[in-house]
Amino acid sequence: MKKNIVSFILISMCFLLQSTLLSQFKLGGIVPNLMIVAIATTGFLLGSEEGMWFGFAFGLLTDIFFGNIIGLYACIYMFVGYLNGTGEKYLFSHDLKLPLLLIMISDLAFTNVCYIIFFLLHGKFNYLFHLRSVIFPELIYTTVFACIIYPFIHFLFEKIDKFDAKRSGENYVAE
Amino acid sequence: MSPVVKRKRERYVLSTKYWLLILTLFCVATMVISFATDIFSKPLNSIGGYVVVPFQKGLSNVGSYILNRTENFKNMQSVLEENEELKAQVEELTKENIALGQDRYELTKLRELYELDEEYEEYTKIGARIIARDTGNFYSNFVIDKGSNDGIRINCNVIAGNGLVGRVVDVGPNFSKVTAIISDNVNTSAMVLASGDNMIVSGDLEQMMSRNVIAFGQLYDEEDKVKIGDKIVTSNISNNYLPGLLVGYVDTISTDSNNLTKSGSLIPAVDFRHLEEVLVIMELKENGE
Repeated sequence: MKKNIVSFILISMCFLLQSTLLSQFKLGGIVPNLMIVAIATTGFLLGSEEGMWFGFAFGLLTDIFFGNIIGLYACIYMFVGYLNGTGEKYLFSHDLKLPLLLIMISDLAFTNVCYIIFFLLHGKFNYLFHLRSVIFPELIYTTVFACIIYPFIHFLFEKIDKFDAKRSGENYVAE
Repeated sequence: MSPVVKRKRERYVLSTKYWLLILTLFCVATMVISFATDIFSKPLNSIGGYVVVPFQKGLSNVGSYILNRTENFKNMQSVLEENEELKAQVEELTKENIALGQDRYELTKLRELYELDEEYEEYTKIGARIIARDTGNFYSNFVIDKGSNDGIRINCNVIAGNGLVGRVVDVGPNFSKVTAIISDNVNTSAMVLASGDNMIVSGDLEQMMSRNVIAFGQLYDEEDKVKIGDKIVTSNISNNYLPGLLVGYVDTISTDSNNLTKSGSLIPAVDFRHLEEVLVIMELKENGE
């Protein structure tokens, strides 16, 4: 429950930062996708179910503010959260490689789905251009932020685990 | 596997897979419904408006403050260099000024601009601040801090300085969603001011990112009157835009392969990268509906 509340606050902060501060300080016209990082992280730290619900809720929020069609981002983010949740069982405690890889794959999938829906279906076939000037820079930028955000969330969750273990009087066993 | 799974607590709950299926179907349904109607926009906008907008306003203010500060600092450093440059520019501009005074064509253009300015003054406008921008990198939509409580309606035109920014596509009680003319999925009916030839201006991410221009097409110009640098304004026949709002200036122009129409690119009149405040025109275009 505590973890859910922490996740909720973190994803809200990511959404607000991404739509305000970070879009004011664009690097090369590109905004990092913090929502993907936060939702994917929630997915494989808490499981498919939580990832799915958080993805759905914050996707819907994005739809309300920036989408042209309600439900599209909700659907994409929901699948990102759910599919990352399936990676939960392969997770080791302090390993950064797998989470980073999953976040990168999530971001690639997200931008490519956006390209297909918003551009390919509108008859814009220059995939290489979009790869070079949007998809690839966003991937790098997002990964850099993931290197900061993921360890932070992981650290918070570990603290919560320790706290709970102390309160219930059991010995805390590291994962 | 049955959809109902027994858990430790002896309660019957749906498994996550089925929830995923239900939510996917729900998303598809809302997509179809919102594509056809706009019944969702009002309740959802109200919720979003009261919960999220106050935070966005605050953070945007912080961002603008930092941005202004850093810019001031940059200015301090470069002020000496700029002084040198400006001195050189003064000389250049004096020459240009003489040329301008002699150029009758320029004079008529300036007169037209003057008339255009007067035309804008007739409309009642309301100032608004941009408080949030699209979270993705593909579109240029943004959110402003005025909504239906201030009298803004869907399709209100949005300008900045003296150029067209876009139009309001969705209104909440205290915010509205604006889609910019440079967004890749937006087409605007426009015309060349000098000749009155109609054209379609369409946002283009590819050209916007590489050269800061957007595309236009379907321009009938049999007598080759349209030249580089000509003003492009919104047309009289546009459904959503008031006539005569400045869109931009012709950058390149070429004849299409059908030998009938022309297309090319235009430089937007508004600097979309440094947009912070905009003006919303309260009058709507009468389109006979």
